[in-house]
Amino acid sequence: MSHDHDSPKAHRPAGAGEPHAFMAHHFNTPGQQAGAAKFGMWVFLATEILMFSGLFLAYFIVRMHYPDMVLAAHEHLNKTAGGINTVVLITSSLTMALAVRAAQVGDQPAIKRNLLLTIGFAFTFMVVKYFEYTAKIEHGMLPGKFYHAWDHGYYIEGSPHIFFAVYFCMTGLHGFHVLIGIGVLTWIYLRAGKGHFGPSYYTPVENVGLYWHLVDLIWIFLFPLLYLVR
Amino acid sequence: MADDKSTHDAGHEREPSYLVAQKGLKSWLFTVDHKRLGLMYLATTLLFFFVGGMAAIFFRTELLTPGPGEISGVLTALGMDPTTSATTYNKLFTVHGAVMVFLVIIPSVPGALGNFLLPLMLGAKDVAFPRLNLLSFWVYSLGALFFIYTLFAGGLDTGWTFYTPYSSNFSGTAVISATFGAFILGFSSILTGLNFMVTIHKMRAPGMTWNRMPLFCWSIYATAVIQVLATPVLAITLLLLIMERTLNIGIFDPAMGGDPVLFQHFFWFYSHPAVYIMILPGFGIISELIAVHSRKHIFGYKAIALSSVAIAIISFVVWGHHMFVSGQSELAGIVFSFLTFAVAVPTAIKVFSWVATLYKGSIQFNTPMLYGLMFLFTFTIGGLTGVFLGTLSVDVHLHDTYFVVAHFHYVMMGGTIIAFVGGLHHWWAKMTGRNYDEKQARWASLFIFVGFNMTFFNQFVLGQQGMPRRYYTYVPQFQQQHVLSTVGAYILLAGFLWIAFYLLASLRKSAAPKEPLPDNTWGGASLEWSTQTPPIEHNFHGQPRVDSDPYNFPQIDRTGGMDHH
Repeated sequence: MSHDHDSPKAHRPAGAGEPHAFMAHHFNTPGQQAGAAKFGMWVFLATEILMFSGLFLAYFIVRMHYPDMVLAAHEHLNKTAGGINTVVLITSSLTMALAVRAAQVGDQPAIKRNLLLTIGFAFTFMVVKYFEYTAKIEHGMLPGKFYHAWDHGYYIEGSPHIFFAVYFCMTGLHGFHVLIGIGVLTWIYLRAGKGHFGPSYYTPVENVGLYWHLVDLIWIFLFPLLYLVR
Repeated sequence: MADDKSTHDAGHEREPSYLVAQKGLKSWLFTVDHKRLGLMYLATTLLFFFVGGMAAIFFRTELLTPGPGEISGVLTALGMDPTTSATTYNKLFTVHGAVMVFLVIIPSVPGALGNFLLPLMLGAKDVAFPRLNLLSFWVYSLGALFFIYTLFAGGLDTGWTFYTPYSSNFSGTAVISATFGAFILGFSSILTGLNFMVTIHKMRAPGMTWNRMPLFCWSIYATAVIQVLATPVLAITLLLLIMERTLNIGIFDPAMGGDPVLFQHFFWFYSHPAVYIMILPGFGIISELIAVHSRKHIFGYKAIALSSVAIAIISFVVWGHHMFVSGQSELAGIVFSFLTFAVAVPTAIKVFSWVATLYKGSIQFNTPMLYGLMFLFTFTIGGLTGVFLGTLSVDVHLHDTYFVVAHFHYVMMGGTIIAFVGGLHHWWAKMTGRNYDEKQARWASLFIFVGFNMTFFNQFVLGQQGMPRRYYTYVPQFQQQHVLSTVGAYILLAGFLWIAFYLLASLRKSAAPKEPLPDNTWGGASLEWSTQTPPIEHNFHGQPRVDSDPYNFPQIDRTGGMDHH
């Protein structure tokens, strides 16, 4: 084998990307760095899907064992609130995509505006979720041994405490991901404020975007499974 | 390919190695250098190997006699509280299993040797995400702290499998801290796997096509795929178990309408692939050892490489063979049984390829090769007895007996640990810049071989005769075989202590070699041998380029006058 001796690059290989200020020392080209980051993000998203898949399986087992109970219990979820949240998250995916596009073309005000809108939608989602959770807690529709809806005049046949266990586990883990999303969105918003992103370097915006679309996507599955059983 | 002297040194003076390039404790604790992280993993996993091993020594001592008593005596002698033998025994085998699986075998080869070797073998400066790599190590350490806390908070008696409803509703021991520890360790495993996958895809040196990668990298790749895809399911399973125990959510609790077999499905969906997380890196080491020390091009390179990937894929569809007697449907049992047989095909491809590599090779009987040959012997026994257990009707008889114990020790210990120890000797000079005492090493390997087989071989017989696993007491007719096992375990302990002794002795200041060791210890042809021993901080002086495959030894033999041991 032969070794290159750190010679100044005479010409750049195809797909190498434009140089930028955020090159890590162990990569050879900006293209290699961006490719690694994006591939890593996709693998991470695969792990997220598999983590949620455990809960989806638990949901289907419960629904298979107790179809009537799941049908009766789901009527107590607020379909309007769930519907509003679905629209909110889908719209936030649009603003996120617009933010990525703005970063690719280097439109600085549009990056910040769209990120701020996305953060706003994420907060809206959590506020709606807060009111939903409050109502469930007030009605005693809680997981497992904490379930006491009969004290509040609600009678659901079967073992609804398992349905609400699944409901709180799935929406809770999803809500946790929305909170993480608010955190990373805020991080790239602050970096956007410093003008870090442009046509030669937008990987963080793109990766946060991928994450945010996944959080949206999981909700798209949660909503019909939990709220729209009938 | 060039000979052993010239590769890195073409125009380069020796530079300080990664071991001394930066100084001070902080330069180790917060390093992002994959080689230093590899050494830190090595130190921690070996420490926990000692902890898990001593637990086994204690309960093997208890099994010297059919009745209760031995452990109480040992504990009293150590000044500890001798609770009843049965409870202590349950805690000891749980500690042994949980520590060995989660803290030793899963992180050992990828964490220690994988971290150290992967970027070197690929010709990269580091892994793709060096800071994430450091985070993995600290997450691992945090998980380990939870395990240590569990030990002092009354231990754990569920077995490493945490089956519900015992773990969720009945066990009075520290289940939550242990499962939370395993949950955290899972994240470390996921992050390491993700990092390695991206490194292999994106960081290979120019000219290193997939088919020019050393087979160790292929096996680490297959391992990483399983780590990334299976471990998240363990995470959610353990989270649900913790919720079940703290909040009684009812998903696994039959008294509340839940399904305890669901837990077993969840658990084995991770833990069966995890078995291959444990053994695949061992396969990778053996491919390197056998080829380098028989001075012959590996037989069936592509078959070995792709069989690793095949094992990774099949690993996801065989979990039900752990549950033949759990009450799952008979059809499921039959399907899982046949799918399990499929694992034998890629595994046999590997074993036959290694044997074919040895054929007419110039075999060097040095320590790494002795472990390589030992692996072929013990792993093959472990693999074949796995086929017995995958057979539905036979498993009904052998389920939860010592036959199972013997089988998975022949695979996990006779496979992974033997490969790990062999790899440690193979790359010891590269990692530390020191030589161990070859004569002592060969004698110690004999202790390991004799001790291991003495401990576990007759457990196949014991299990077939009906000795159930996880019992602290047994009928008197089994005593002779149990005594044999326990004496074997003591010999094994002596062997491992001896290895620790001469490896540590080689690190003493007074044992430093007068001349720096040669770059290429064994005449290997993969990239890690082309750089300085021990490597410089950034691995290579320039960007290595690759124009041939990593098992091209005859060329080396003609040009290089290297030192044959």
